[in-house]
Amino acid sequence: MTNMRKFINRNKTTFAITTLMLPGALWLLLIRYIPMAGIVIAFQDYRPHPPNPTLLNNIINSRWVGFDNFRFMFASADAWRMIRNTLAYNAVFIVLTMVFAVAFAIMLNELTKKFMAKLYQTLMFFPFVISWVVVSYFVFAFLAPTYGLLAENTNWYMDSTLWPLILTSANLWKTVGYSCIMYLVAITSIDTTQYEAASIDGATKWQQVWNVTIPHIKPMIVILLILSAGRIFNADFGLFYNVTLDSGPLYPVTDVVDTYVFRALQRLNNIGMSTAAGLFQNVVGFICIMLVNGIVRKLEPDHALF
Amino acid sequence: MTSNIPSVVKKGKRINSINFLSELVMHLILGGFALLCVIPFAFIIIISFSSADSLTTMGYSFTPIGWSLLAYQAAFDLGAELWRSYFNSFFVTIIGTLLSVIICTMYAYGLYRRDYPLAKFFAFIAFFTMIFGGGLAPTVMVIRNLLGLADSYWALIVPLLVSPFNFFLMRTFLKVSVPESLIESARLDGSGEFRTLISIVVPLAKPGIATISLLTALAYWNDWFNALLFIRNSQLYPLQYLLMQMQTNVDFIRRNVALLGAAANIDFSQLPSEGLRMALCVLVVLPIAFAYPFFQRFIVAGLAVGAVKE
Repeated sequence: MTNMRKFINRNKTTFAITTLMLPGALWLLLIRYIPMAGIVIAFQDYRPHPPNPTLLNNIINSRWVGFDNFRFMFASADAWRMIRNTLAYNAVFIVLTMVFAVAFAIMLNELTKKFMAKLYQTLMFFPFVISWVVVSYFVFAFLAPTYGLLAENTNWYMDSTLWPLILTSANLWKTVGYSCIMYLVAITSIDTTQYEAASIDGATKWQQVWNVTIPHIKPMIVILLILSAGRIFNADFGLFYNVTLDSGPLYPVTDVVDTYVFRALQRLNNIGMSTAAGLFQNVVGFICIMLVNGIVRKLEPDHALF
Repeated sequence: MTSNIPSVVKKGKRINSINFLSELVMHLILGGFALLCVIPFAFIIIISFSSADSLTTMGYSFTPIGWSLLAYQAAFDLGAELWRSYFNSFFVTIIGTLLSVIICTMYAYGLYRRDYPLAKFFAFIAFFTMIFGGGLAPTVMVIRNLLGLADSYWALIVPLLVSPFNFFLMRTFLKVSVPESLIESARLDGSGEFRTLISIVVPLAKPGIATISLLTALAYWNDWFNALLFIRNSQLYPLQYLLMQMQTNVDFIRRNVALLGAAANIDFSQLPSEGLRMALCVLVVLPIAFAYPFFQRFIVAGLAVGAVKE
């Protein structure tokens, strides 16, 4: 009898909680899982079928072309260019952001005037709360043709030479402050007696940083590195689209996977190829994150994500 | 060694603090970077108040030769369009954040309940979308063709409604701030799941909910990508997208003026377009520039919790 009641109660609870999950689950189904089924378009010559051009109808009636979309994509120099750009920029961003953020966090923690440290943090947080559209205006103020502060004789939006530097600076500007504050939170949680003990044992500041601070924030560094390495094939669309004003002459050094996928979809209306490029991006991304997580799991099981 | 210890404690200074010179250098580095973070915004403000004369003779400058409010006048002359976009941004941000946080809290509650047999399943379907997806094109087509949301507020709200990352962040918050024994005793008192969630879990999880609300609101306020993909009707432009359009539209105006050339005899400098777009930029950034020092600590506290693996 009591067992029976327990059973009913448990199912009632399960049912009630499941209804709470439904809105979120429905969203995941519609906006994430159904598009995964749409991957088939990567293997089609996707075209609308006029009498009744619904998505399903178009897919059913489009011609299957095997790997033609991928072949077409990799036949062009654009594909290799955007792959190179994506990987190179992300690698540089990941390393530099981490180095600057950790260095700044360690310095912020050492300041004796705490209100100054607070002020710096607040100012550094600003880039995190604005959009890439606004950042593109900031950059434009310096580089705009004729009006820009640095205009002189170069038309920055036509000359690609210095854009790797400009994009790297813009990205660091936007991400370092926020990332620095994350590390600072981790550093302030370190028991201060550890430093005092170290200093009484004669450790210099440098030794304290290397032997107390860095080991303490290592798990966080590892986790953030995994996360970003797993996303090494995902570029920040806003940076590469807005900040460059989507300027064609700059593409050799500014075109990345995400802008390529977007252009194939919106400009060229080549839906099959856009889907193919997106699928390629997702598969590579998936492999990256599994790989990195696998490596971390082997070296330091506690720090693995899953 | 013996000479070291007294020097550390003398003058009542904090034990083990750094010397004056290194601190000065650190102030220079950190202060320099901190200033660098806000100087571009100050520059935009200065440009927006520069006179048209100053802009034509010396371009954008930190020290213009004349000041003027003309750009702001022109911005307010945009009138309906500008206010409409302000309304759209506020509307989408408020409705979107509200719905998003409700969905997130409910989902995270299920993930948090240890006695919920489907928790693992729902955690997996959320997690999997973080490491694999259908890509941009199929997603856009589902939203446009299958759900038919293009050119509606829903196209701006739905794509950002759910973030699996927030689900897990919220679950961590619940684990930290709501003891499971409380849930158990509520059940023994005969409280249903909905009532437990609303009257026990939500009040305790307020800091977490605040963090997620702010992160979500920020994402909605700063979103232009979904407008770029789905919105053609200028009545629905959010502020960020209006700003983006201004950049290209002013270029468009300039290109046309250049084409018409001297024949049309238009003095482009008389159009305050250069200052106008900067004024618009200031008007877009201002609300958030005023608000963020107040909500910054919530986001930092929230992300600090999220960074800790459970």
